[in-house]
Amino acid sequence: MKTVKNAAGRTVPLEINGQSVIPFKGIGKHIPEGRKYSPFIPSCANFPDDGNKVVSSLEEALQKCGLRDGMTISTHHHLRDGDLVSNKIFEIASAKGVKNLIWFPSASFPCHEPLIKFLDDGTINRIEGSMNGPLGRYVSEGKMKGTAVLRSHGGRVQAIQDGEVKIDIAVLAAPTSDSFGNAKGTSGPSACGVLGYAKADFMYADKVIVVTDNLIDLPCFPMEIEGNYVDYVVVVDKIGIPEKIISGTTQITKSPDRLLIADLTASFLEKSGILKDGVSMQAGAGGTSLAIAVFISEILKNKGWKSKLGFGGSTKYMVKMLEDGLMNFILDAQVFDLDAVKSIENNKNHVPYSVFNAYNYHSKGNLTSMMDIMILGATEIDLNFNGNVVTHSDGYLLHGIGGWQNCLHARNVILPIPLFRDRIPVIVDEVTTLCGPGEMIDVVITERGIAINPLRKDLIERVKGKGLPLRTLQELKDEAELICGVPQKPQFEDEVVAAIKWVDGTVIDVVRKIK
Amino acid sequence: MKNSAAISGNSGPKVRSDCEIALELKSDGGIFIDLISKVKSLYGDSIVSLTKEVLDFFGIKHAFVKITDSGALPFVIEARLESVVKQLISTQQEYLPPHLKENNYSTERHRFRFSRLYLPGNTPGLMINSGLHSADGIILDLEDSVAPGKKDEARLLVRNALRQINFYGAERMVRINQGKRGLEDLHFVIPHNVNLVLIPKCEDAEDILQVEKMIESIKMKFNLNNDVFLMPIIESALGLENSFKIANSSKSIVAIAIGLEDFTADLGIQRTIDGKESLYARQRLIIAAKAAGIQPIDSVFSDVADMEALKLTVKESKSLGFEGMGCIHPRQIPLIREGFAPDATEIEKSKKIVLAFEEAKQKGFGVVALGSKMIDPPVVARAQRVIDLAVCLNRLSPDWVKDE
Repeated sequence: MKTVKNAAGRTVPLEINGQSVIPFKGIGKHIPEGRKYSPFIPSCANFPDDGNKVVSSLEEALQKCGLRDGMTISTHHHLRDGDLVSNKIFEIASAKGVKNLIWFPSASFPCHEPLIKFLDDGTINRIEGSMNGPLGRYVSEGKMKGTAVLRSHGGRVQAIQDGEVKIDIAVLAAPTSDSFGNAKGTSGPSACGVLGYAKADFMYADKVIVVTDNLIDLPCFPMEIEGNYVDYVVVVDKIGIPEKIISGTTQITKSPDRLLIADLTASFLEKSGILKDGVSMQAGAGGTSLAIAVFISEILKNKGWKSKLGFGGSTKYMVKMLEDGLMNFILDAQVFDLDAVKSIENNKNHVPYSVFNAYNYHSKGNLTSMMDIMILGATEIDLNFNGNVVTHSDGYLLHGIGGWQNCLHARNVILPIPLFRDRIPVIVDEVTTLCGPGEMIDVVITERGIAINPLRKDLIERVKGKGLPLRTLQELKDEAELICGVPQKPQFEDEVVAAIKWVDGTVIDVVRKIK
Repeated sequence: MKNSAAISGNSGPKVRSDCEIALELKSDGGIFIDLISKVKSLYGDSIVSLTKEVLDFFGIKHAFVKITDSGALPFVIEARLESVVKQLISTQQEYLPPHLKENNYSTERHRFRFSRLYLPGNTPGLMINSGLHSADGIILDLEDSVAPGKKDEARLLVRNALRQINFYGAERMVRINQGKRGLEDLHFVIPHNVNLVLIPKCEDAEDILQVEKMIESIKMKFNLNNDVFLMPIIESALGLENSFKIANSSKSIVAIAIGLEDFTADLGIQRTIDGKESLYARQRLIIAAKAAGIQPIDSVFSDVADMEALKLTVKESKSLGFEGMGCIHPRQIPLIREGFAPDATEIEKSKKIVLAFEEAKQKGFGVVALGSKMIDPPVVARAQRVIDLAVCLNRLSPDWVKDE
């Protein structure tokens, strides 16, 4: 296979799954031309006058959509680990003897492990989306027939819009829908909050199926999935397992070490002046991020400041900031707990805001680049601040990219991470898999010190002499290795098992088969 | 006759940074190592070579070793290996990991001991980052937090931890066991730069003298001249009755603590949140300590989740005269530090008193007055102590007089 060194110095193939690909050219360097991809023209004459698109089963809907070999089937991940719909699609396809499908989810979860048998029997050729846990292991061991393609949430929308991925059938689980296919996520027994990740799917797929367990009278309002894009509606007993869709309550970390990191992060944000009146911010749902949100709230309160804007995934902690008057608005792409679901339904300043606009490379502007504070994680960071979020130091693919790459465009990208996890150091000479270029990562905060990217001279200047434990990544790495020892490197074969796309659709790195 | 198979350490889904090692001595066939580890692809080779090195050190040529590893650091693996070996063969040899040069510091008799963090002596996962939480002292506990069957292996782990973990300046403390086992414990800790030894369930000055004698003999043997301070813990009615004698029994004693769980059990009463049942005991201990010129230290507060109650307890403790408290979780540390440190009003008041004193001295006045109130010398001395403390805790600039 022909390979080339891309602009990040990584050796990548020029062809993946039989299609030619563009190697990474540098940040903001790839500017495609032409028009966006468009699906077939539908005509309302082909749809029932009474607006009732309900068919008897998912099988019938798939049949009517012309399910056949080699199609690309998309799903969204708003039901998270409680998703009962995705596996069902491939059970039906397998029973019908359909082969070589491409599954194009916005993310996968441990509940999708049963799909391995459909990868084994040839029903599914490959997955283009995130690879979590068991699926990742399967891919790393070289067992998947096609090559996996990992994209960020924004990269997924980019791939749909520029025609890199053509969705044949979008199967969209919807907690509430009417018979026309207008659907929303805020109510119903499987409520998941918003449905933002489904937007590109219903707009660009050739055929769209809405699957619901809560059919209501027309109109379902406010709808996030618009019925005029929908071909069929299927009613099933259950689309999801509620307690696995939304955690009853998200909790801040109890780990003293992580609380220390959170405390240090809040202190850094305050002393650097990044945290200020009118700040805009995004923090995830991990225990450390939640603790940071709580500490930030305290600082805002003490100073009489307000955040003008928080970008979700939201949790009760962000909702509390909104309700306590410490935050003016929450824009939300996904909600993580019940308090956040309730809030987005009832609070007019808590607004669903799809990734379509926030993360997408082909949008005319990007919300994340307007964020002052961006709190992110990583499995590895190398001495040049390059980040890895998909593989572990042992070389196994275990996570998806999520919105991580898109969020790197924020003004201040802060990575609070423990220096080592159960003897596994986080700071390495060179990341196993490159997911984000170091020039976009500003600060790494560990329990043993803070490393600021030398490119951020302004930040270095602003925190000088303020009592923060500033270190270089090299010093932190040395300290970790003194404690843990120097790890061996994982051994790989030449075979490429997964491609890592940058936000613009170019290939920034690949994952190779574990030896 | 010793057995031919032994086991040491911990494994299981919740165990982190530890390993379980099973060793079976064989008569031939060399060393066979079965390693199950979540970090095998990163450290597998080094774990195997370390294992061979340790076994070779003890002269073991033929054995079957099963290691179930959850990310244990080398010093932990070494302690677990030494422990299984010593269950099977008699040897005086010790496999010592390098002693970090960062761990060579000594401490002062009068340093603050507001917060001291208890760490179970056989749980390495809790030790590794313990120095990061700014406790005044770290206690590696060989006593009540270690299961009876695990006490021998804990000694080796604590010994290795003292050599290998950087506690970032926290006072390095070990709580030994009671009685004869406690005296034996000292052999495993004293040669490795312990700053302070906690002696549990003290009832008599003789308990202290025995420990002191043993420490002296070990120091002599290893030619050590660092200070090893002592902190007796009073945990019974008899101990309390003898508390002044105990507090005064050795010049190495720098503090005396009360252990209320055992104390209330000894009295056959329930320990309550407001602690009325132990008020007399605590006050008596404080007076014994003050009379002996050492620090009185309060019992641990055992409900980690109840931070509000801890806050009230600290406030009361400080008002009674205690100068510190044990912590069983790092999250208690900031609250306890905060609670025992002088607050803003106290600092302001003390500044006024000290300034008035300086002014009187300059003017050659015999009496110090603040407004219309006369101030006695002990009040000035106490104010000076508060100021020193505030400066030491970065709550007051050392040049504060100039700023006034």
